[in-house]
Amino acid sequence: MTLSPLSRRVLGGLTFGVLALIYVPLLVVVANSVNPSQSMTWPPDGVTFDWWSRAAHSDGAREALVTSLQVAVVATVLALILGTLLALALQRYSFFGKDAVNLLVILPIALPGVVTGIALNNGFKGIMGVDLALWTIVVAHATFCIVTVFNNVQARLRRMGTSLEEASADLGAGVWTTFRLVTLPQLRSALLAGGMLAFALSFDEIIVTTFTAGQGATTLPIWILNNMFRPNQAPVVNVVAVVLIIFSIIPVWLAQRLSSDVEGVR
Amino acid sequence: MSATSADTRPGRTTDPALRGPVARPGSRLLHRMVWLRLSLLLSAPLAWMLLVYVVALAALLITSLWSVDSLTSEIDRSWTFDNFRTLVDNEVYRTVTLRTLGVAVAVTVIDVAIALPIAFYMAKVATPRVRRMLVVAVLTPLWASYLVKVFSWRVVLSEGGLADWTGFGSPGYGLTAVVITQAYIWLPYVILPIFASLERVPDSLLEAAGDLGAPSGLVLRSIVLPLLVPGIVAGAIFSFSLTMGDYITVNIVGGANQMLGNLVYINAGAANNLPLAAAIAMIPIVVMLVLLTAIRRTGALDNL
Repeated sequence: MTLSPLSRRVLGGLTFGVLALIYVPLLVVVANSVNPSQSMTWPPDGVTFDWWSRAAHSDGAREALVTSLQVAVVATVLALILGTLLALALQRYSFFGKDAVNLLVILPIALPGVVTGIALNNGFKGIMGVDLALWTIVVAHATFCIVTVFNNVQARLRRMGTSLEEASADLGAGVWTTFRLVTLPQLRSALLAGGMLAFALSFDEIIVTTFTAGQGATTLPIWILNNMFRPNQAPVVNVVAVVLIIFSIIPVWLAQRLSSDVEGVR
Repeated sequence: MSATSADTRPGRTTDPALRGPVARPGSRLLHRMVWLRLSLLLSAPLAWMLLVYVVALAALLITSLWSVDSLTSEIDRSWTFDNFRTLVDNEVYRTVTLRTLGVAVAVTVIDVAIALPIAFYMAKVATPRVRRMLVVAVLTPLWASYLVKVFSWRVVLSEGGLADWTGFGSPGYGLTAVVITQAYIWLPYVILPIFASLERVPDSLLEAAGDLGAPSGLVLRSIVLPLLVPGIVAGAIFSFSLTMGDYITVNIVGGANQMLGNLVYINAGAANNLPLAAAIAMIPIVVMLVLLTAIRRTGALDNL
């Protein structure tokens, strides 16, 4: 099939046009962080750093950030452990009910967010009879973060094959020694990628979080949601949004570094 | 480890006849007993998923068959179909369900329509260097915070915002704004699976069809499109399910409109009617189950 030069150009124009449009709203947020107008009318008629200094002194935002980091770190560690165990079990063994387990891991993220949210909310409040708190958010986040680690580790295990592990066992290494010295080093970048995804997923999650957060537990997304509608807080929220946009470049950059490392090995 | 100490240990001799196991007894046991290894690996994650999630889902189904005593607002644990009767009889729930499904369908159709040409350009027209650049350009917004993206549309569509200024005019906060915002947020999730399945279509296939005289339109329709069905379905499931389960976007840019998620949230919280909330949550579950069983035949689920 040969595309005419015209259709190539149309396709190219469309692609670049849409991809450029994707960045417009984000750039507007960045520009508005220095917009003197509190209601963020466009175009900005000047430059001010008032919102930045107000955001820097906002205790609420800082506390929410710390809470979010705590939740994300614990949820990621749990997801790394559980996801890796599960990937090892499903990739290296065959057993009855394997497909069901496979489906079960994907379910928390495949089902619509409100479903997972209300199920856990009802599970905590109605069935277990506990009050929602910070740890209930952690449990919820870990549950839907397992799948990202699981996917990455499972894909890596599939590509690794078992020959190195078998060689290690033939040479007399025990199960734990083989895992520590042979399997784990090969999994390192998969764990990093899966962990990074899990961290980002948890740090950013809002729907399930609103269903599982206790009274005092304010993660950063909850803080943003609560303050977005207050006219005098909206510009501060805008600054926090810009900080988050800047932070979101880090994993992209890391992923690029990781993939170029892989290519270097090849 | 120094060489001398290694040589004194029975397991490290080079004479095969003298070689004993190096591993500790526990490790040898593990090596022999496959089921023991497997159950050690599986027990923790499986227990977590069962106790936290499967129990919660089962409890959700049971709770939807309970009711709330209107006087004491205690949960009455006797079985009843009242909640589901309310869902069917009450006009509000029908309207909101249809609205939610409508928004989800609109978002999915828009995203697939935009994703197809972009994915095609990325996979089949662009040079490898441009392709890598485009993949990064599609992936980067995925990492940007969900709330930031919704907030940015709230700002763009606000009165006196960018949309007003460009002269197109802003649709204002309402269902149109919800569809735009959701289509924007989930677009990368639709582009990526379609792009992945396009990359798997060999170029030689397209060349052969062209050499045999098929015009481009025919090649696209009868060769490329059928091969893309799994990718399209995977992307469509993503955007449909994600839109259906979202109620934050409609809060932020939807004006006074409500989606199913809002009703679930209100009943679980302020209205203190967990059984009704559970029953409402059954609607998206049933929709997804019907959708997934219908789609299973296409084999698209293997691509998720």
